[in-house]
Amino acid sequence: MAKVLMKGNEALGEAAILAGCRYYFGYPITPQSELPAYLAKRLPQVDGVFVQAESEVSAINMVYGAASAGARVMTSSSSPGISLKQEGISYIAGAELPCLIVNVMRGGPGLGNINPSQSDYWQATRGGGHGDYRTLVMAPNSVQEMADFTLAAFEYADRFRNPVLMLSDGVLGQMMEPVVMPSPKDYDIDSKKWALGYTGKDKTARNLCTSIFMGQEELEEHNWSLYQKYQVITDFFKANKELAVEEYLCDDAEIILVGYGIISRILKTVVEKCRKRGIKAGLVRPKVLWPFPSEIISKLADKASKFLVVEMSYGQMVEDVKLAVEGKKPVYFFGRTGGAVPSDFEILNEVDKIVRPD
Amino acid sequence: MKQVFGKTKVLSANPTHYCPGCDHGIVHRLIAETLEELEVADKAIGIAPVGCSVFAYDYFNIDFNQAAHGRAPAVATGIKRTRPDSIVFTYQGDGDLAAIGTAEIIHAANRGENITVVFINNGIYGMTGGQMAPTTLVGMKTQTSPYGRDAATMGSPIRVSEIIATLESPAYVTRVTVNTIANQMKAKKAIKNAFTLQKEKKGFSFVEVVCICPTNWGKKPTDAHKWLAENMLPVFPLGTFKDIHGIEKA
Repeated sequence: MAKVLMKGNEALGEAAILAGCRYYFGYPITPQSELPAYLAKRLPQVDGVFVQAESEVSAINMVYGAASAGARVMTSSSSPGISLKQEGISYIAGAELPCLIVNVMRGGPGLGNINPSQSDYWQATRGGGHGDYRTLVMAPNSVQEMADFTLAAFEYADRFRNPVLMLSDGVLGQMMEPVVMPSPKDYDIDSKKWALGYTGKDKTARNLCTSIFMGQEELEEHNWSLYQKYQVITDFFKANKELAVEEYLCDDAEIILVGYGIISRILKTVVEKCRKRGIKAGLVRPKVLWPFPSEIISKLADKASKFLVVEMSYGQMVEDVKLAVEGKKPVYFFGRTGGAVPSDFEILNEVDKIVRPD
Repeated sequence: MKQVFGKTKVLSANPTHYCPGCDHGIVHRLIAETLEELEVADKAIGIAPVGCSVFAYDYFNIDFNQAAHGRAPAVATGIKRTRPDSIVFTYQGDGDLAAIGTAEIIHAANRGENITVVFINNGIYGMTGGQMAPTTLVGMKTQTSPYGRDAATMGSPIRVSEIIATLESPAYVTRVTVNTIANQMKAKKAIKNAFTLQKEKKGFSFVEVVCICPTNWGKKPTDAHKWLAENMLPVFPLGTFKDIHGIEKA
């Protein structure tokens, strides 16, 4: 396929269609608006369904319904709207339903602003809603990855019967880059025999979709079975490191910069500038935020002498890096919050301060 | 001996958890009989709410989804849009539908989703122990209105059917009760009308059933049904508020 110039939000929307997603339920909010606008136009052209819901709460519950009926389905929003979806995400995780939830992050807390931000990391990776559960969290860093990760996200969601959260931000959603659209996947709604409304001849009992387990033993058993599944997901990404993480010039690095999403693009420039100045810098970029690539970072901590985590927040992922490093080496942090994007110059200054303290 | 009545096979053999004398059992049966008579049980999908009927899925032999509090019409929307040939219904109480789920019911109705909503209005939260509902009568004492519902500070009972009937899209909006055998027959007819319209893809159908809650009303079931007729029905008058296809006359 030829390269096309697209906005990140639109590339994600087109990729969803290529992944076999025919159902979108959402509610307007900036800076994700191009995504529903794109799908409102495109889905009817492919016999799909686009519904503008009355709220984010309703939208995620429509997703819950469609997923329970076997659909490849998605919703999207930006930070305040994702907060509203948390109830539904907890139900979807509890009922073990596959779907894609896109968060084009903006500044918070509260109404915050519409500038790009990474301050929903804790919400995304710690559950967000109530109860013992995990969502698989992916973090693209380019328009190309907005498309590629979307196809992967639907595959993971179905494979693990788990919601997948795409953690994007206002920059990735809005910026334009050339992208090669991935090849389309076929999807058959009747491939899910557990789905409500499945009418195949091999159906022997009625299908039920629920997250209520009234007995204490019943719920504990259910939660441990979820835990086992989360272990399977963790092991999958441990075994497929290239899907979980990107390493750049880490082999001989003394200082390793850690960042995800749009920040990782800036960090790559910083690493290159460091190398020109004779500073042995490297970059680790988690592509998957949960499960967090702790093992890889832990191994790097045996070689490198320092870590610098950079985020568009006042420090959230840095906690996971510290847990992975386990005190073996110092972990520094630099962040901008409130919708500010740090420049390579600012980060370079931080690196200088760390490696040349005098 | 000739058998003149039997339990529909759409109801499961599970004993219900409902209190003695509760109307849920009757309404469950009317829905189950309707699904059997319309020959749609094999493609029916129910959505259980949060409230006393949270376990409704245990009592029907059909596919079921259990939704979050108030969200059943949104969940039903997702299911029906995905499987337009299935028969989708929500079963919701007054706390679920008329308080926390007000937005969901109004907008599902306004979109004209081709689903059926059965709304159980007994003027109280049952499952949580008898708190004031949006449909609690003025003056009625509940756990959270111990001195009686004061219209000046707590509002007056919301008449949901009348509100839904003001919208353009809904095909059928009716209010029934099951306090007498005659009224049960009328309720059965209304439920059958609602599901028939859905089967014929004729739009959103809404059946409000005014019911009792003997436990939280603190009344014997027989007294509760009498109290319902004398106090609930004047505030929630029975009747059909919208029938755009004229199914009641057909």
